[in-house]
Amino acid sequence: MRTNLEIALRFLLARRRSMTMSLAGIAFGVGFIILTQAITTGFQEFFIRTILGTDGALRVEDKFQATVVNMGAIDAAGRAAGGVAVESSRKYQEGVAEPRRLIDAIKRFPDTAGVSEVLRGNAGIQSATREESGQVYGIELENHMAVSDLGRQIVAGNMDDFRKTPSGVLVGSALANRLRLRPGDSVLLSHGGRSTRYRVSAIYETGIRDIDKVRVFMHLGEARVLLRKPHGASYLQIGLKNPGRAPEIARQIELMASHRAASWQEREKVWLDVFRFFRILAAITVFTIVVVAGLGMFNTLAMIVMEKTREIAILRSMGYTRLDIAFVFMLQGGLVFAAGAALGWVLGALGTWGVSSVPVSVRGIFSTDHIVVAWDFAHYAGAALAAAAVVLVASWMPARRAALLEPAAIIRGASQ
Amino acid sequence: MSMPADTPAPENGGPAKREAIRCARLTRHLGEGDARVHVLREVSLAVAPGTVSAIVGPSGCGKSTLLYLLGLLDRPDGGEIWIANENLARAGDEKRTRVRNEHIGFVFQFHFLLPEFSALENVMLPMRKLGRATPAQMTARAAHLLDAVGLGEKARRPAARLSGGEQQRVAIARALANQPSIILADEPTGNLDVKNSGMVFDLLTRLARENGQAIILVTHNPDIAARCDFLHPMRDGVFV
Repeated sequence: MRTNLEIALRFLLARRRSMTMSLAGIAFGVGFIILTQAITTGFQEFFIRTILGTDGALRVEDKFQATVVNMGAIDAAGRAAGGVAVESSRKYQEGVAEPRRLIDAIKRFPDTAGVSEVLRGNAGIQSATREESGQVYGIELENHMAVSDLGRQIVAGNMDDFRKTPSGVLVGSALANRLRLRPGDSVLLSHGGRSTRYRVSAIYETGIRDIDKVRVFMHLGEARVLLRKPHGASYLQIGLKNPGRAPEIARQIELMASHRAASWQEREKVWLDVFRFFRILAAITVFTIVVVAGLGMFNTLAMIVMEKTREIAILRSMGYTRLDIAFVFMLQGGLVFAAGAALGWVLGALGTWGVSSVPVSVRGIFSTDHIVVAWDFAHYAGAALAAAAVVLVASWMPARRAALLEPAAIIRGASQ
Repeated sequence: MSMPADTPAPENGGPAKREAIRCARLTRHLGEGDARVHVLREVSLAVAPGTVSAIVGPSGCGKSTLLYLLGLLDRPDGGEIWIANENLARAGDEKRTRVRNEHIGFVFQFHFLLPEFSALENVMLPMRKLGRATPAQMTARAAHLLDAVGLGEKARRPAARLSGGEQQRVAIARALANQPSIILADEPTGNLDVKNSGMVFDLLTRLARENGQAIILVTHNPDIAARCDFLHPMRDGVFV
C-alpha cells in the first residue's frame, strides 16, 4: 500500500497545477459548507434559545373533552372481531381551571424543570403621553423565572424593584418606546371599564417584537384583581431539562390531564421550517462548488490515466495487480480530498470566526447586534463527507478504467 | 537447451526438470470479425535456465504475441504455458500477476521507466511489490544492479534525465531485480544505436547467465540473433 501511495503521490505531483485547482475547489466547497451551516444553524439555535427563554418549552392550555367513537373491526374471514376506539372530535374549555392540581401532576414528570402559572388578559395601557392596547400577564415571579429568561431580559430598571413592589409591572421595550415609559414612571392599566395605576419597575426585551410591543408582566395577585379572575390560569408555562423531548411530553400530558399541550416545536413550526429550508438551500448551493471541483478532478485523473497507460502496463508487467492500479488512482483522489478537506476545515473555522464578529442588527424574531454562528463538529464532518462522496465518484471511474487496461495491448501498441 | 515446436513434451505435460518455461500448442487470434487474424498456430517451445534463445522473423509473424503469452501478459485461445511446475494458461489474473512478479522479468523495446522516480526507485519497484526484503536490502540490491549495468553513479538521477541507452540499462536492472527465472525481452536493442545495442545485449546475457536465468528475446537484429544460444525462426504463426 505504501508503494501505491508513493506512486499516487508522484503521479499527482506531475499534474500539480490542475490538481491544485481541484484541491482549491474542494477546500472552498468544504469551507463554505461549514460557514453557511454555522450561520444558519447559529441563527436557528439563537431563535430557539429566544423562544425557549420567552414562552418556555411547553405550554399547557385549554381543557378538552374528547369524543370517542368505536369502529368495528373484522378478521380475515370477514367476521366481526371487536372494535377500535378512535377520537373523532374535541370540545375545549378555555384555560386551566385547577392550576395547582395540574402543576403538582406535571412536576411529577422527571423531565420537568419548572412550571409557571400564567393569567393572561387584554388591557388598555396608558402613559402620560399615549395610550396603546396590550396584554397583561400575571405571573409568580420566581416560578416564571425558572421557566424563562425574563431575569436576563431586563434592559432598564431593576427586577428587585418588581419583586418588592406589588404594584410594579414589567413593560416590553417596544411598548415602552411607544408610550415613552421609563422605570419609575406610572402607567394606567384598564380592563372591563376599571382602571388601576401601576409603577414601571423595569423594561425587558425578549427580541421578539410581537411580544415586546404588547406584553406587560405583573404579579399574579394583581392580575387576578385587574382581570377579575380570582381562580384558574390561562395557561401553564413549563420548562424542561431536555427541550428536545417536548413533543413527547406534551403528548403524555394531554393523555394524562386532558389539557391541550403545545411543544415549542409545534408552536414555532413555521419559523423552524423556514430555518430548515434555508439550511438545506445553502448546503445545496454551496455543494455545487464541491461538485464542480469533483468534475475537475475527474478530468485530471482521466487525463492521467490516458497519459500513464505505458506506466500502468509496465507496473502490471512487473507484478502490480489490477487492485494496486485502482488504488493508485483512488489514492490520488484520496490525497486531494484529505488535503482539500483539511484546508476547507481551516477556511471554514476562520470564516466562521471572522463572520461572528461582523456587526449586523437583527430585530423581529430575535434580537442580536452581530452574526450568530454555531460551532458544531457535525458541520465539519458533514462537509467532509459530502466532499468524500464527490471525490469517490470522481476518482472511482478513472481508477476502474486504469485497472481494466490490458498491458499486452498497450505494450503492443507502443512498440508499433 | 531450447526446443522448437516439434520437441515432445514430458509425460506429465509439465516442464521437464531442466526447463525454466515450456509452452505447448499455443494458439492465438487477434482482432474481431473480418479483421480477425490467426497469429499463433499451435506453437510449442521449451527453454532451459542459463540459455539465451532468440525468436526471429518478419514483422507480424507472431513473435511479440508469443512473448506476451509466455510473459502471462496476454491469454492464449488454446494450449499450455508451464512455469514453476504450473500450467498458467488458464490461471486467474491474481495468480498470473503474482507469477510475473516472482518469476518473470521484462525488457521492452521502449524502457517504460516511471519518469517521476529515480533510477534506483525504478529498480526497486518490483522488489517493493514482492515485499520479501527490507527497505535497506532492496536499496542495496538496486544499487548493486545499477552498479552492474554501469549506472552506479547515476542511481539517484530521475529516470527522465538519463539517455536512451542508460534508461534501457536501468530497465535491464529492473528486470533482474527479483532474480526471476525467466527474462523476456522484446526488441531490447531496437531503439538503440549499434554501440549501445551491443553493450545492452552483452550486459543482459552476462547477468542472466551468471544467475542461471533463461532469456527469450525477440529481435530483428541478425547480429544479436547470431550471438544467441538458440535461434527460433518464425513465419505466419509457426516456428519454421
